[in-house]
Amino acid sequence: METGTSENAGQTAGQAAGEPVWIGLPPGLLRMRRLLLVVWLGLLTVGTGLLLGLLAGPGWAAFALLPLAVLLWGWPMLGRNWRSWRYAERADDLLISRGVLWQEETVVPYGRMQLVEVTSGPVERHFGLSSVQLHTAAAATDARIPGLDPAEAERLRDRLTELGEARSAGL
Amino acid sequence: MEAVKDVRDEPGPVAEEASAPEAAPVPGEVSEVAAGPTERRLHPVTPLRRAWAPVAVIAGWAVHDPDQAQRQLTRLTTMTLTAVLVAAVLGAALYGFLSWWFTHFAVTDTELRIRTGLVFRRTAHIRLERLQAVDVTQPLLARVAGVAKLKLDVVGTDKKDELAYLGQEEARVLRAELLARAAGFAPETAHEVGEAPVQRLLHVPAGVLAVSLVLTGATWGTLAAALVVPPLLWFATHSVWTVLATALPLLGAAGASSVGRFVGEYDWTVGESPDGLRIDHGLLDRTHETVPPGRVQTVRIVEPLLWRRRGWVRVELDVAGSSNSVLVPVAPREVADAVIARVLPGVTVPTSLARPPRRAGWCVPFWWRGYGLAVTDTVFVARHGLLRRSIALVPHAKVQSVRLEQGPWQRHKGLADVRVDTGANKTVTARLRDATEAAELLYGQADRSRTGRREARPDRWMA
Repeated sequence: METGTSENAGQTAGQAAGEPVWIGLPPGLLRMRRLLLVVWLGLLTVGTGLLLGLLAGPGWAAFALLPLAVLLWGWPMLGRNWRSWRYAERADDLLISRGVLWQEETVVPYGRMQLVEVTSGPVERHFGLSSVQLHTAAAATDARIPGLDPAEAERLRDRLTELGEARSAGL
Repeated sequence: MEAVKDVRDEPGPVAEEASAPEAAPVPGEVSEVAAGPTERRLHPVTPLRRAWAPVAVIAGWAVHDPDQAQRQLTRLTTMTLTAVLVAAVLGAALYGFLSWWFTHFAVTDTELRIRTGLVFRRTAHIRLERLQAVDVTQPLLARVAGVAKLKLDVVGTDKKDELAYLGQEEARVLRAELLARAAGFAPETAHEVGEAPVQRLLHVPAGVLAVSLVLTGATWGTLAAALVVPPLLWFATHSVWTVLATALPLLGAAGASSVGRFVGEYDWTVGESPDGLRIDHGLLDRTHETVPPGRVQTVRIVEPLLWRRRGWVRVELDVAGSSNSVLVPVAPREVADAVIARVLPGVTVPTSLARPPRRAGWCVPFWWRGYGLAVTDTVFVARHGLLRRSIALVPHAKVQSVRLEQGPWQRHKGLADVRVDTGANKTVTARLRDATEAAELLYGQADRSRTGRREARPDRWMA
């Protein structure tokens, strides 16, 4: 389960069919998610606490504990979820595994890739992160790797595109 | 992606390379000029199909708001009424004529080009080697007029990319030519190849079709709803409009699921030709579908409860980019299996499917017995349903991605689901397999799909 960030572990192109080399996500994603959690729920806690305390009496301000509880519960949950995300490049397909309670593992053969997309929203960009999304001819294929370093995302995109072209197979 | 389409705001290079677009030849006439594609127009009857549009709009408004419509009507004199009507019909006729005049199509060596649009120009380039299916349909009125609609299914095409209408004979010739070009015949001879000979595989007699519909639960369900719900509503509300508003859709649904299906599936014929599968059906609207070899993504064998005693099944198929899904509306199991063996060459439908382990009953009580899985050299087979059994077959070569899913309760019981995604946007699921078996299946299926693709036939099946 616990696989640290090892940027170059997946570079071995001729990876045999044996145990796949799993790569975890960089810690930047966890930092970003935790910061967002703290900022939003912290504001909510302070906001409800102040509003209810001033308008309805100090007893009502206890409701502010609710978002605080969510924050305290969410902190380790985000960590668990972040640790569960990992991917591996095998010789002929890409594996993506994720989820803690509802686990999902996806296998996408390189030859089936129609399109590889690298996206980065404003918040992600601020934290220096990009997501890679793979599309096949099946819309149900849900192969997304969030929160990668832009350099790693580009390396992955180029490698996937190259392998996809070499092994191309349409419908 | 599959459909190579191109939307342009100005005529662009396509219009320029067309040979004399203003002096387009008379529709129906195939001019054989070797240099450059010849642009053609649709059948001159085409503008009429849009003439009813303003009438429909007025009718829709009147139905939507009947009281106001009556008030407005009494206020108008006969004179203005006729004037408005004439203007609307003339406007529609002009619109129909212009849209016909500005629609051209041309067949080149590699693609079918459809150029439309008066204000916003749009050119669709449909690549023939990506062709998934060809449909020639004739609605009732089109049959009277002797015209037909030709539709090419390519992933990503929409309703605009059909050729409506062509002359009956022209549509047949064009279909043969498109299939010949898609198959990879030499471009010079493509329009001389002609129709491939058809060998009939199956014909559904009208009697069997009628009995099968009588034995379908959906027919009786909608009929019962249409008979029971409106009277109940009448007792509850005493409002004519509410009753009508619910009764009409219900009656429509009942009609569609019984009479409508009979009319649509009447005279169902499945044939085989070198160009692929031919499916012809319809009593009033005739449809002729052609599915070239190697285009079928999924085949499903559906067995409703009431059909089981007679040993009948319904066979459905999925082709990427096509909305047609029925292959055989009703047939005995052996006959259906024989047809499937032609659709998916080298595939035999496995007779015994492995059930999930007994502890799957803790996840899905009772219904777990309906699930089943079998993997052969060529196909991935999954079954579900207890009363209405449905077996889905996916050739390994058509698998786009494989997923393993496991919820917390399933993990507690050591079970997992395996999902196989195909290009027709259908996902076939083998539910509640043993967790270790599922993990092996996940990697094994990825390997099989890769080797399966290598042995598959080329897109240009005659090349």
